Order: sequence, then structure tokens, then C-alpha cells
Amino acid sequence: MRVNFTVNGVEQTADDVWEGESLLYVLRERVGLPGSKNACEQGECGSCTVYLDGTPVCACLVAAGQAEGREVRTVEGLADGERLDPIQEAFVECGAVQCGFCTPGLLVQAHDLIERVPEPSDPEIREALAGNLCRCTGYEKILDAVRLAAARKAEAGR
Amino acid sequence: MEFLRPTSWGEALAAKADAPGAVPIAGGTDVMVELNFDKHRPEALLDLNRVGELATWSEEEDGRLRVGAAVPYARIIGELGGRLPGLAMAARTVGSPQIRNRGTVGGNLGAASPAGDSHPPLLAADAEIEVESAARGTRMIPAGEFYTGVKRSALAPDELIRAFHVRPAEGPQQFSKIGTRNAMVIAVCSFGLALHPSDQRIGTGIGSAAPTPRRAFEAEEYAAGELDWAGRSPLDERVARRFGELAARAAAPIDDVRGTAEYRLHALSVMARRTLTWAWKDYLNGGATACA
Ligand SMILES: Cc1cc2nc3c(=O)[nH]c(=O)nc-3n(C[C@H](O)[C@H](O)[C@H](O)COP(=O)(O)OP(=O)(O)OC[C@H]3O[C@@H](n4cnc5c(N)ncnc54)[C@H](O)[C@@H]3O)c2cc1C
Ligand code: FES
Ligand code: FES
Repeated sequence: MRVNFTVNGVEQTADDVWEGESLLYVLRERVGLPGSKNACEQGECGSCTVYLDGTPVCACLVAAGQAEGREVRTVEGLADGERLDPIQEAFVECGAVQCGFCTPGLLVQAHDLIERVPEPSDPEIREALAGNLCRCTGYEKILDAVRLAAARKAEAGR
Repeated sequence: MEFLRPTSWGEALAAKADAPGAVPIAGGTDVMVELNFDKHRPEALLDLNRVGELATWSEEEDGRLRVGAAVPYARIIGELGGRLPGLAMAARTVGSPQIRNRGTVGGNLGAASPAGDSHPPLLAADAEIEVESAARGTRMIPAGEFYTGVKRSALAPDELIRAFHVRPAEGPQQFSKIGTRNAMVIAVCSFGLALHPSDQRIGTGIGSAAPTPRRAFEAEEYAAGELDWAGRSPLDERVARRFGELAARAAAPIDDVRGTAEYRLHALSVMARRTLTWAWKDYLNGGATACA
């Protein structure tokens, strides 16, 4: 089947999509956006997190056909051209990236958190990231990065 | 394989009647896992995301809330947490934020896993499930009759779940779940409890400790009779303990990878005792549920 949807502001058409295929597969294999990672295909790891009509979801659990006519924003759509989003900058500065497999999903999920909750508490950060697994960093640097990005955002808003 | 995209409830029912083997998909958090791992290949997927009314809820004339099958957990928590505190507590324990953004109570009912977290609070609050088929119209199924076996329900192959109906809490409600961490766990076992002060009754729901979610009738009757509803005197610890024992007695757990039967029975008695203790404390402090 054919699926038409918008990804990072650009209209996309994917052809020959199998009816049981996931949005994650379509993004990675048909639209050429391999940023969203496939690490479990069962909703457990969060590395495939994307925005679907503004809500973070696991792309591996959305059927491709369910994305028809909808807006998807992936990790590739966070930066403004060459300028990284503040959450991306903070991840780099804090050393929150090691192998990087979990990073795209964490960036989208953390981006959503600081959009919704201007100055998140530590328990709020932990709760928001509870569905994103990282096997490398031990999470401390990731928490640092989210705190830093949130603080900068709050500062800029003052 | 086909991908069916009805845009109205009528179209969805017609599609299901034409292809009873079509698998409905709402949040996809159960269906897609099965597809990704090629556990089975249905003849068709029936996407319910375009049936707008399934993602809405309303207040009915009978005083109950009618909540569309495809309202995701995140919205149950955000929009109905105050009126359905037991269900909202359970919803907060489901998966992760991403799962709660997509997963629905209708999907939980459709999957009918004994471990589904919606079931204990729906049982405790006397919810009814509204199902419909093109051929036979609407049926209202009390939650207690909906679950018929492990991953089996009273839903017929040509039927779809439209909504559940439940009275807003008129007393404290609680939910308790055992798992290995706070997020992303299927319940080892769980327990839901609702006080119904106006008819001096208790509702319960046991999760993941029998082939189906079920109520603990004996425990309900025992506690309802022992509690001092009018005088609002504190809960006797012996009553709480006995309530826990009776709740565990209603279960029929098995040993599996998540826990042993013996552990589940013990955990259930503890959860039942604690939830009754918390709920009664809330009741003494003013009646409504403190934690929403
Ligand atoms: C990582 C992860 C963690 C999870 N954690 C939990 C947890 O903590 N607690 C828990 O209870 N569950 C958990 N689940 C399971 C799942 O999220 C829930 O069962 C959820 O409620 C399913 O809802 P859904 O809309 O995504 O269902 P779907 O996957 O869309 O559907 C599930 C089933 O219901 C049927 N169905 C859906 N809607 C209807 C309808 N309107 N009428 C008839 N049939 C219908 C489908 O055909 C399918 O059989 C988890 C899943 C994942 C992937
Ligand atoms: S790949 Fe989707 S959650 Fe792991
Ligand atoms: S950096 Fe390797 S999994 Fe997180």
C-alpha cells in the first residue's frame, strides 16, 4: 500500500509498504531517515521515539497505515538547519552520549518534557525518561543534560 | 494482508462484519509487538484511529461516564483522574509515557490479559463494557462477565468495543501493583479497590493471579459488614488482615516467570490489606479520594 504523511515538515510518500509494517520501518527503510533507532521492536527501549501529531510515541508500535495523513517529527527534525536544538547541545556538552543508540529517542522524549514542563524536578525527569533505556551511560549524564537544557530554556524565557 | 481504515463507527462495524478475522488496532501496543515478531499474520488490520468518537468521553444521563474505547491512558490520567482515581492510578503504572500516550483501555480489554492493569479498577468500580456488532446491535457487558479465560473475553468475532461506562468515584479508590521496577512492568499481581459509601459496599478486582481478572466477593462482603460506615470509626487491624486473607483466597494463581503462586497469594493479602487501610483513611478524612 501507499502511505502519505508529513515528516519533519516535508510531505512524504512511501510505496510498497506492507500492511503490517511499522512506522519505524517506513522511516528508516523507505524514507531514508535512520535517526530513529530499532533496538527492540516491542516498545521497551524508547530508542524509536518520535512525535506523532505532537505526542511522543514508539514508532515501532505505530502501524505504517496509522500514520497516513499525520505529522511525524523525528530526531532529524529537532535541529534548525545546522543549529542544534538546545537539548542536543546539552547532550553533547554533558557527555550524555556514548554509543549513541539510545540518544535519538531520549532527545525526542526529553525535548517533549522541557516543552511541556518548564522546570522539571528530578523525579519528573526520571518519570519522563522511564521508557528510554541506555546501556552505556548509567543515566547520570543524561539527567545532567536534561537539567542543563531545561535551565537554559527557563533562563532564555525570563 | 489488508489495511482497513473506517472513518466512522458504522463503517468500522461493517468492516468487522465483513471480515471477522480482521484484527482491530487502536494504540497498537499489543498488536504491533505481535506483528513485529511475526507471531501471527492476520488477514487484515482494522485501524480504529480514524473513528474519532472512540477517542472521546462524555457524561451520560444516568450519571455515569462513558469513555470511548480508544481514549489513551495519558488522557484518562489527565482528563478523568479526579473522577476515576482507581483507573487513573492503574493507568499511571502502565508501561512508560510513550506507551501511555498510545495504549488504550479498549485495547487492554481486547487483549483480555489477566495481567492487564485496567481490569482491577474496572471490576472494583462496577464498570460495564459497551460492545456492538452490525448484526445484533449493542450489548452492555458487566466487567465481571467480560473476562472468560486467559486472553479470552465475551467479545464475539464480529463485535467491537465501543466504550466503557462507569460511575465517577463516590468514595476513595486505590490500586496496587507488584513488579520489579516502577516502569515498564507487567504486574506480578495487582489489586484494585473502591469504596461505595452510599450503599455501604466495597468493590475489588484481582489482577494477574487467576486465569482472568476477578473480584474477591467474600472479602467484599466481609469488609462491607465489618466497616463502621456511619460512625466512621478507624479500621480494626484484624479486619484489614482478615480482608487480605479473604482477598487472597479468591485468587487462583500459578507459578510463572514473574513469580510463584505462593508469592502472589502473600502479595495479594498484603495489597488488599494496605489498599483497604489507605482507602478507609481517606474515607475518615472526608470521604472522597485524597489522591487523584
Ligand atoms: C513496553 C510495553 C509495556 C506495557 N506495559 C503494560 C502495563 O504495564 N500494563 C498493562 O496492562 N499493559 C501493558 N502493556 C500492554 C498494552 O500496552 C496494553 O494492553 C494496552 O492497553 C493496549 O492498548 P492498545 O490500544 O495499544 O491496544 P492494541 O494493541 O491496539 O490492541 C490490543 C488488542 O485489543 C484489540 N482491540 C483494540 N481496540 C479494540 C476495540 N475497540 N474493540 C475490539 N477489540 C479491540 C486488538 O485487536 C488487540 O487484540 C504494555 C505494552 C508494551 C509494548
Ligand atoms: S525499538 Fe521501539 S521501543 Fe525499542
Ligand atoms: S549511549 Fe549507548 S545505549 Fe545509551
